[in-house]
Amino acid sequence: MVDYEVQAPPTTGSAQDAATYLKARFPGVVSDDTRPGFQGVIVQADKLGEVAQAIRDELGYNYLSSATAVDYLGAGDHMEMVYHAYRISGGGALNFKVQTEREKPVVPSLVNVYPGANFQEREAYDLYGIHFSGHPNLKRILMWEGFAGYPMRKDWREAYYEGEAKPFESRWPAGWVHRAEERNVFGSNVRYPADFDLSKLTDISDQAVYNSASISGMGVDYQQDEMETDQLVVNMGPHHPSTHGVFRMVLKLDGETITGLEPVMGYLHRNHEKIGERNTYLHNIPFTDRLDYISSMGNNFGYVMAVEQLMALGARYTPPTRRAEIIRVLMAELTRIVNHLWSIGFFLNDLGAFFTPMLYANAEREKILDFFEAVAGSRLMCNYMRFGGVFKDIPDRIRSTANLMNDRIRDYDTMEFLSDMINERLPRFLEEYDRYLTGNEILLERTVGQGVLSAEDAIAMSCAGPLLRGSGVAYDVRRADPYSIYPELDFDIPVGKQGDLFDRYMVRMQEMHESLRILRQLLPLLEETKGQDIMSGTRAYNPRIPQGESYGRVENPKGELGFYVVSWGDAKGTQNPWRYHVRAPSFINLTALGPMSVGQKVADVVSILGSIDIVLGETDR
Amino acid sequence: MYGLGILKGLGVTIRHFIDTYKDDVLYGFRKYSKSQDNFAVRQGTQATGAYTVQYPEEKVAVPERFRFTPFLVVNDADHESPGEDWCTSCGICSKVCPPQCIWIVRGTDPATGRPVPQPEAFFIDIDICMNCGFCAEFCPFDAIKMDHDYEMASYDRTSVNIHDKERLSKPFSYWMKIAPTTATEEADARGGWEHSDVIKEKKKKADAEAKAAAKAAAPAAPAPVAAAVGEAVAAPVAEAVAVAESAEDEEKKKAERLAKREAALARKKANKGD
Ligand code: SF4
Ligand code: SF4
Repeated sequence: MVDYEVQAPPTTGSAQDAATYLKARFPGVVSDDTRPGFQGVIVQADKLGEVAQAIRDELGYNYLSSATAVDYLGAGDHMEMVYHAYRISGGGALNFKVQTEREKPVVPSLVNVYPGANFQEREAYDLYGIHFSGHPNLKRILMWEGFAGYPMRKDWREAYYEGEAKPFESRWPAGWVHRAEERNVFGSNVRYPADFDLSKLTDISDQAVYNSASISGMGVDYQQDEMETDQLVVNMGPHHPSTHGVFRMVLKLDGETITGLEPVMGYLHRNHEKIGERNTYLHNIPFTDRLDYISSMGNNFGYVMAVEQLMALGARYTPPTRRAEIIRVLMAELTRIVNHLWSIGFFLNDLGAFFTPMLYANAEREKILDFFEAVAGSRLMCNYMRFGGVFKDIPDRIRSTANLMNDRIRDYDTMEFLSDMINERLPRFLEEYDRYLTGNEILLERTVGQGVLSAEDAIAMSCAGPLLRGSGVAYDVRRADPYSIYPELDFDIPVGKQGDLFDRYMVRMQEMHESLRILRQLLPLLEETKGQDIMSGTRAYNPRIPQGESYGRVENPKGELGFYVVSWGDAKGTQNPWRYHVRAPSFINLTALGPMSVGQKVADVVSILGSIDIVLGETDR
Repeated sequence: MYGLGILKGLGVTIRHFIDTYKDDVLYGFRKYSKSQDNFAVRQGTQATGAYTVQYPEEKVAVPERFRFTPFLVVNDADHESPGEDWCTSCGICSKVCPPQCIWIVRGTDPATGRPVPQPEAFFIDIDICMNCGFCAEFCPFDAIKMDHDYEMASYDRTSVNIHDKERLSKPFSYWMKIAPTTATEEADARGGWEHSDVIKEKKKKADAEAKAAAKAAAPAAPAPVAAAVGEAVAAPVAEAVAVAESAEDEEKKKAERLAKREAALARKKANKGD
């Protein structure tokens, strides 16, 4: 079948080479995306499966990072699925797209090529109404089953709809205060699509969950072995201390052994992406804080990078200053330590070491948050990065003054505080924590050999972060697709061997050591660049973003965090992103939860979930 | 030996337990002292052991940049026009506000009906405010600032959580009290402790006077323009900042800026190259 004019597929090299190969291999099926500012290739919808197979097997793009939909209503009037695939050996993205009509959008499912597309396709189905032919479990994932309509579509109006884009006219110069809640949700303020039927707002989600492949069959294949165990379905969550938030696992059990697991999420869904598309580019920065609220600095970083990539398409663009980049990396690495302290602490909670390890870790985390607070103004919702730089330079002193609220003061030299933390306190703590936990026999028995995820599965299911590296895949965006000043920094990527719970725990422990290593290299750089600008260009509240698309991704503590942003630039006269999508590591990593848990005991599913390290603000968005 | 790991771990627990009280024994209960540097010990890098804060009897000290909800800056009581808003109702804060919780009504002159640079009404829905600080960051007149007062609980949110201008307004001296460093930096950038419009006005006047003086006494040395500005700075606080920069400094800064820009451009070129 292979066209003999085609040269051997390039398994290394740029996305450009890959695109050239694909165009020759599938003439008439694959074409360049020629819209200004856009990259990659457009694939004919009916051939997507074949092309994706070639992209994975022939070109070696075996890691599907993101799959998401865009509604081009009024701009071509089509739906588009956008895929970003990477080589696990490193390098840039191959961006391929399919276009389909808006009325009855159908796209072949890629789950059999990239199992990691599973949840992402369900999300596109849920929010955009795209049908994926051949998807094994095409159900809503964030909204409830029975919800009518597709809220991410451009013609969908949410409750309290006020306008297509912020800033809203009603605020100035003659604004008058209205509470949103005073306006009736079901009044004229809400406009539903023509075919929307309010009577269809019924909750049948539970039926759908119990009918899904991994759970259904209850009672049918009831069998009695010598243990005479019963089969039953158990709901863990949504309010369960082990689920780290509002998250539900429907377990199918044979005695105590798990035979099927269905994650149910969306309880915290607020359509972050829709809000993001109404927001201006700047408005979105504090909203990203609310995704993975344990590592808001990292979220900021990913988003501003995505927007800066767009800005770089324009004529006048100056990249962030060097000091800004150094400070960003400083914050990102401190965030990694904060996150891993938190996640290991809670992991130990999940194993039954109730709160003592958690509190020891938290005491250290607290000190780093003190630093964040002194620099950014807030401990969790940092809102620190800006396009082209950061909010403010690191202050000379971390100090509190006596004022009306607090009569207690403190005053430290910031650099001294930082270097004490990085050179003494944190290494000492990590060493102690290691002594405290790593050799503990109970911990070893609960973690070694449990919840195993093979390297192949981890890659196929698009797992990221410590989950992926715990399975022995040395994939870290900071090295694989470097950004900021990471290329000049010296650090290693810890990986596990077996892919079990213990490996994930160890990867996190070692990553904290590596982060400290990076931080130690940053201290002299900070001194060197003292007093230099932290912002390139002017601090504009309404930057002009040229037309185009960008995918900014960073190695967040929980895994690869990506932002897919589409701008229509001046063409549309609006300063709001046309599309704003978050590739949430917590969400996609959950793909592996079911496969890892089957065959384990109920008690272990708690620790398996803990080892993935999810945060529901990001999962549900 | 099986169980050795557990024993080792227990050793760590015991050490933490002892550390918590070590401070009490060695330093005479300094953690609990009412002295001002209490928290400097507890929140410092050398602190050991666990500690709790006896809220609300004691409160953790927040740093200067800490942001909670915004307040509006007005002139101090001893100012020549006390209570006057710094806000010019330019509307930028209501535009940069991500959840759009600021409502402003621009003031108009009752006689002429023309807009005046004063807000007639100013509301912030504190329930919606996400404490992002953008309003303070982008206000061109330093008229809106982030407060440190986080104790806002009330029994009825519907009646008290939409803050009006009266509730939002706080004197400038309050801002200098909670964030002296930032306030000084901002005054430095404005060129004085006054509102930037006042400073501009004064400067204009001084310029005009200087010109007139120069005309009168033809070849005399130019009048010190900075004097008026310097006065304004010196007034309210002892730790006044030197505002007037010498021409040399100005030149140096310009050259620095130029060099930086060139470096950035070169970097950009290099990035595009590969
Ligand atoms: S940005 Fe400042 S001056 Fe303009 S309306 Fe807001 S508070 Fe007033
Ligand atoms: S802090 Fe942010 S959310 Fe609150 S009023 Fe200011 S801009 Fe709006």
